[in-house]
Amino acid sequence: MVNGQPDRAINVIGLGKRFGARWVLRGVSLEVRRGEAVALLGPNGSGKSTVLRILGTLLNPNSGSASVNGLDVVRDASGVRGQVGYLAHTPGLYDDLTARENLRFAADMLGLPYAAVESSLERVGLAHVAGDRVRGFSAGMQRRLALARLVLQDPRVLLLDEPYSNLDADGVELMNSVIAGIVRSGGALLVALHELAPAKAMLDRTLTLVEGRIEGAH
Amino acid sequence: MKPEGQLNSSSDRLRDPSAARPPRTSIWLAFVSIGAVIVAQTYAILTSPAEGDMGHLQKIMYVHVPAAWMTFLSFFVVFAFSVRYLWQRRENDDLLAASAAEVGATFNGLTLMLGMIWGRPAWGVWWVWDARLTSTLVLFLIFVGYLALRAFTDDTQQKARWSAAVGAIGALNVPIVYMSVKWWRTLHQPPSSPATLDPRYTMGLRLNAIALLLVMIYFIRKRYEIARLERATEHMAEAAAMGGK
Amino acid sequence: MTWRDDWRRVRAIARKDVTTELRAKAGFNSVASLGVTILILLGLALGPDAEALRNASVGAVWLATLFSGVLAFNRSFQVELESGALEPLLLYPGPRWTIFAGKLLGNLIFLTLMVAIVVAAGIVLFGVQIPADWPSLIGVLALGVVGLVVLGTFYASMASRSRAREVLLPLLLFPMLVPVLLAATTASKALLGADVMHEAGAWIRLLVAYDLVFLIATFIAFEHVIEA
Repeated sequence: MVNGQPDRAINVIGLGKRFGARWVLRGVSLEVRRGEAVALLGPNGSGKSTVLRILGTLLNPNSGSASVNGLDVVRDASGVRGQVGYLAHTPGLYDDLTARENLRFAADMLGLPYAAVESSLERVGLAHVAGDRVRGFSAGMQRRLALARLVLQDPRVLLLDEPYSNLDADGVELMNSVIAGIVRSGGALLVALHELAPAKAMLDRTLTLVEGRIEGAH
Repeated sequence: MKPEGQLNSSSDRLRDPSAARPPRTSIWLAFVSIGAVIVAQTYAILTSPAEGDMGHLQKIMYVHVPAAWMTFLSFFVVFAFSVRYLWQRRENDDLLAASAAEVGATFNGLTLMLGMIWGRPAWGVWWVWDARLTSTLVLFLIFVGYLALRAFTDDTQQKARWSAAVGAIGALNVPIVYMSVKWWRTLHQPPSSPATLDPRYTMGLRLNAIALLLVMIYFIRKRYEIARLERATEHMAEAAAMGGK
Repeated sequence: MTWRDDWRRVRAIARKDVTTELRAKAGFNSVASLGVTILILLGLALGPDAEALRNASVGAVWLATLFSGVLAFNRSFQVELESGALEPLLLYPGPRWTIFAGKLLGNLIFLTLMVAIVVAAGIVLFGVQIPADWPSLIGVLALGVVGLVVLGTFYASMASRSRAREVLLPLLLFPMLVPVLLAATTASKALLGADVMHEAGAWIRLLVAYDLVFLIATFIAFEHVIEA
């Protein structure tokens, strides 16, 4: 298959990334098709987050190439940013703004109407604390708010880095239903996990990353 | 579906293929530039008469003034290669700009030191807020900032982009700094350095400028060569990391 | 209507920055207090002779502004880094210059409020007599603050992400600000009537040119600097 073929949401070829003298990725190749949910497993420091960050245009690779929906992450970075929804370890919220203000900021940046903010707050069950500052939120609530931002954005390709951390059983269910909604409508998912259990039901396959290389595929 | 196999690291599009074979600065440039300095200095010292106020201390000028010119010239080199790096993103331009900045900072430091040595007998103090001396000092601080930024950044691509931006914007400031310091001083008192030069000194000055230009070219080339070798080492480490176990 | 979308982003970033800084009391209050504290220390070091203080007033106000301003610029990016919010910010679609413009606008509002406090303190502590031509004095101050904020915001976007942000930002910024410092202090002194040798007009033109050159240059360069 050729790079940029429409059924490939994510295509990564021979990716290498170095931090100082340390090689974090040593030639990673993988692909995710549309409508597919794939997990990236591996121990800490194996390079899972780095793959996601390169796909999200947050890092440039030192070698190899990566594309999202046929758009190259280096040459077409702004195009890629319009396609991907990325959730990092940290929720990336502003502590001194309220939940609603945080989402309204996202709506401003995404060019969406404020009305969408209220519905996504309700979807994640935070409507009753919309006017409270995020500083007082528990880690799980902050995760939910980050998820609400993803709901608001409704991206085509999901890049999630340990999305289940700090979530309770309801939260996991909510996360999975949001993900499933996007994947089923022709989106795609690449999720970095250290533990397979919470996502198992909805995954199509898994890849294992060890010391910057893909070691196993199932 | 199975992931695709290991990819050969030679498919790297971010890497400059010429990085594998760094240039060699030939030794004759070293000899020529040192020879030129000896000839120019000898000529200047033998031909110039003792100056009225300064006596033979005036001979400091034959290094001080050309070194100041080379400082400005190297700022221009930093500017040109920084802009070209941002434009084309070729690693070599970044290394060349950085080499020019290091050499420029050296000439800049030399200019300042000789200016102070000049100032001690001329004005009786080591430092005066003379327009030229002060603006040279500010330029030195801008070089220091540029080099500090490079020292405090790890990622090579980030280092290259950031220092190119700082180099280009810093160089833009050179004429503004020069003008503002000059106004600041000269509106108070006439310039303290002689604006016109006795024709008996100009030839020696020109010869020394050419000699120091050769030295500067040699230094920048040599520093660039070392930087390229350092990068080549890193690329070999990359090939080893990507290819072998 | 992309320019409308861009303007919405710029406004959102500026509003968010100012709101967080004003709500996190630590932000604005501590930076403004530092500015006033520096003024007091300078007064103690240079005083108590009233005439000497009056002559040093303009320089003291500018030094206090520079030193406390550096903290404010670093903070504006540190707030993003601490909470991991810089990544989502960089991932929003749309041109990157809107991020710079938003940060610039936020810092400009923040610094203007801070300078107002520092200047008021300076007038009181250093016994400055307000001249008849005070609008020109405010103009000089504003032009100087714009230059400071443009380069401060630009360099902070790098320094705050480097290994030595506390020391790197002043190291990069202060030498670049020499023309602003000279122009703003000399023009202000001329307007205050302390120094009849200098004409303020030429310095004001220099400030305008400086602001324009670096506003354009930093907007062009930011795209290269902010990418990861």
